[in-house]
Amino acid sequence: MIGGHRHANSNHTVAEGTMRSIVLTKGVPDFSEGAVSFDEDGHLERGKTPTVMNPNDEFALQAALQTKVRHGGHVTGMSMGPPGYAEVLQGAMETVYADDTYLLSDRELAASDTWATAITLSAGLEKYQEEIADVDLVFAGFKTADGETGQTGPQTCWAMDWPIVTHVIALDIDPDERMLRAKRLVEGDIDEVETVEAPLPCFVVTDPEFEPTYRKASHRLTHKELRAETQQRAANHDDYLTMWDHTDLNLDPDYIGLDGSPTIVSSVDPIPKAPSEREATMIDPAEDEIAPVLEELQPHAAEAGD
Amino acid sequence: MTTETDVYEHYEAVVVGCGPGGAAAASRLADHGIETLVLERGTEAGAKNVSGGLIYAEESAPYKIDDLFDGFRERASERPVTDYYIHNIAGNAVKTYDLTDLHEHDTDWCDAVLRREMDSWLEQRVHEKTSETGGGVLTNVHVDGLLRENGEIVGVTCDELDPIKADLIVAADGVNSELAREAGLMDWEEPDEWFQGVKAVVDMDPDAIDDRFDIAPDEGAAHLFSGDLFSDVRGGGFLYTNEDSLSIGTVFHLDSLVEQEAEPHELLDALLTHPVLAGWFQNEYHEREYAAKLVPDSKKVAHRRPYRDRLVLVGDAAGQMQAQGPIIKGMNHAVSAGALAADAFAVTRGNRDPEAAGRRYTKLLNDSGTMDKLRPQRYELSRSVSEHDAVTNAVERVLDSPIGSLAVGNPIADRLLERAYNSPFLVSMLPDTKTGYVTLPTLIAEEHGKTIYWDSDVEPPSLEERIGDLTYDTDVGNPHIELLEESYEESGAAVTACPVSAEDFGGGCYRSETVKTNGTAETLVSLDTQPCVECGTCAIVADTEWEHPRGGKGIEFREG
Repeated sequence: MIGGHRHANSNHTVAEGTMRSIVLTKGVPDFSEGAVSFDEDGHLERGKTPTVMNPNDEFALQAALQTKVRHGGHVTGMSMGPPGYAEVLQGAMETVYADDTYLLSDRELAASDTWATAITLSAGLEKYQEEIADVDLVFAGFKTADGETGQTGPQTCWAMDWPIVTHVIALDIDPDERMLRAKRLVEGDIDEVETVEAPLPCFVVTDPEFEPTYRKASHRLTHKELRAETQQRAANHDDYLTMWDHTDLNLDPDYIGLDGSPTIVSSVDPIPKAPSEREATMIDPAEDEIAPVLEELQPHAAEAGD
Repeated sequence: MTTETDVYEHYEAVVVGCGPGGAAAASRLADHGIETLVLERGTEAGAKNVSGGLIYAEESAPYKIDDLFDGFRERASERPVTDYYIHNIAGNAVKTYDLTDLHEHDTDWCDAVLRREMDSWLEQRVHEKTSETGGGVLTNVHVDGLLRENGEIVGVTCDELDPIKADLIVAADGVNSELAREAGLMDWEEPDEWFQGVKAVVDMDPDAIDDRFDIAPDEGAAHLFSGDLFSDVRGGGFLYTNEDSLSIGTVFHLDSLVEQEAEPHELLDALLTHPVLAGWFQNEYHEREYAAKLVPDSKKVAHRRPYRDRLVLVGDAAGQMQAQGPIIKGMNHAVSAGALAADAFAVTRGNRDPEAAGRRYTKLLNDSGTMDKLRPQRYELSRSVSEHDAVTNAVERVLDSPIGSLAVGNPIADRLLERAYNSPFLVSMLPDTKTGYVTLPTLIAEEHGKTIYWDSDVEPPSLEERIGDLTYDTDVGNPHIELLEESYEESGAAVTACPVSAEDFGGGCYRSETVKTNGTAETLVSLDTQPCVECGTCAIVADTEWEHPRGGKGIEFREG
């Protein structure tokens, strides 16, 4: 970018087709205060509770957006669920400025567990690769807010037989070398971060600590341009949405939905409230700090002794 | 050989700040087909901007803002000023002069503005225009310094972005321009080179405004106030009508504020609660926003050669704020300067000399007459005599004597005084002494004024309430101002002069406390930047290391 006069617009033109990403997202009941509805037995009333995008997927979307802003290309949002999940994908389009969306939707898919979901999603990804385009990156969120399951992403990846990087908090892509460099949390611990490399195509599971970074003005201008462009697209989301059912995906009903789900949910128990916070004071026994504490405890000890 | 800076992004022009100066520069650069990046530290342009509230379009100016931005008056401004008055006040006696002639001199039009609305509208237009030539506007970006290569300015550094190189750097980063200071072109040294303004935006129904100011919905009023209501502090007050609010403020010489140890918010309250305003409020007072701003006195600080290497300064950053007697003109000059800087770059583009654009810009400022308005020759000639203390004292004694009352107090003098106030030539020579601000207006009111026999029931909010009503995105643990010297001698003036601090008030930026050690008592000053409105006063009156907060952080003005 140095020397001589460059053609106007060269700074932040999105290079076409360099990176193709798919973001997996799902709808979850809106657990926010006031939105969630329970029946008398304390069971969630799905019908009365609005569906929103799984909050952890936000970070997967941000990672895909960062890839598109920095390297250009195409972002597809993909989800499995009832037709109503189209709204979730529309929301994803608004957040991630996705170019188009795919919804895998079929009565046969109802009551899928994570395994059956992963089988279905991988079939969707395979079909996408065969009919639409080769995919460089698949992004998934850390876990769902409803089931607290975090295995759908990794299981889908296993079905694809791709490399996977999880707990990603920062991401760099080298499109020429077709390599990905990620900072990830080791054991999910924020104090321990490692940098790993993986070849593309690759599966990326983002951690809620993921933060996109845009240190170039051109990237921020592209980001702003995409935002304006996508607001219009999201308003006409139906024009950009493709629905695939189990015949489109060429899936045997015995291996999907309830029949294809090896796990069975026997019951759901409410989680007991966490105990209220207690204050703790660190005492150094080597110093003279222990004496006042003992003094304080003395009457209680005496009581116990009585 | 490639150097480290070769990897940096490059734009033909980088404009820092998207107020009227930066917007005019960027708009003209885009007109010339130049790739222009605009970096604005506010979350939206206008979020960091405050002005008293009048923008002028001068007939003699090289550029007017509506030439550059079609639809400006319909979309971005408030009411036009059709009525203009000055009120000379002595106690409850008020003598009012019609200043419309002075106001209309060389004025094509003049509108009241609120800066959040105005500047955010400009930002959108600028982004549309600059996007077409490969650039655009980015908000929430704080440009914190200059990028140098072999000692020469070649770009900017930012908190949020990697360094950026440019063939032209326009510093339109306001009165506290960090770029102008880093380049060594401006400083924060002398209080007598600055004014400080504080302002309240007060809610008022449009119909009530029409009725109480006796104007039509497409008309507006401006009122100025001077005299003894501000004690001996040199300065005055103003009131402008907006669509559905009033902008009411006071502007004082900073050196006078410091000398008198005056509290700016109390001086504003003296105006707000004066009976002369009571008829307009009719016992209703709802303050939307309290704000403050430093005003450069262009007569003293407008830089005659506002450039270094590839850097040019425009608007407040270059000290281009003209106090023409009671009328303050800043935004119009920033617009002219910004557009001229862009034109200068367009004609010198490709010149190997990095200072070609700056030199050309300086010439355009002179040839267009802009520099002579900012730094009038006749002021420079008369200043050395008229601001001399002995002269001031002599004139003060005459005005104080029976002869003074006789001279100012006769009916012929009344007519002459109104004419004198309306003479742009005379007001541009008015010395910055007590005489023009306090003694003369007070005497006029005493001799010619009508006495008001009612009181005001207005109770303005306390400083604590005003700060509480402001919007901040505090950069926790990252204060942008550092107090270098905590002794009261060096930094104590900030406790009173800071518009969000006061003696015996613990909730402001600056506070003083007496510390007793080993039997000796010492008064020390401490600083908490949380309530800071980024006016820059303390950079001048205290010993600080002063920077703006990071992009999007700090105060966010809603009205401005």
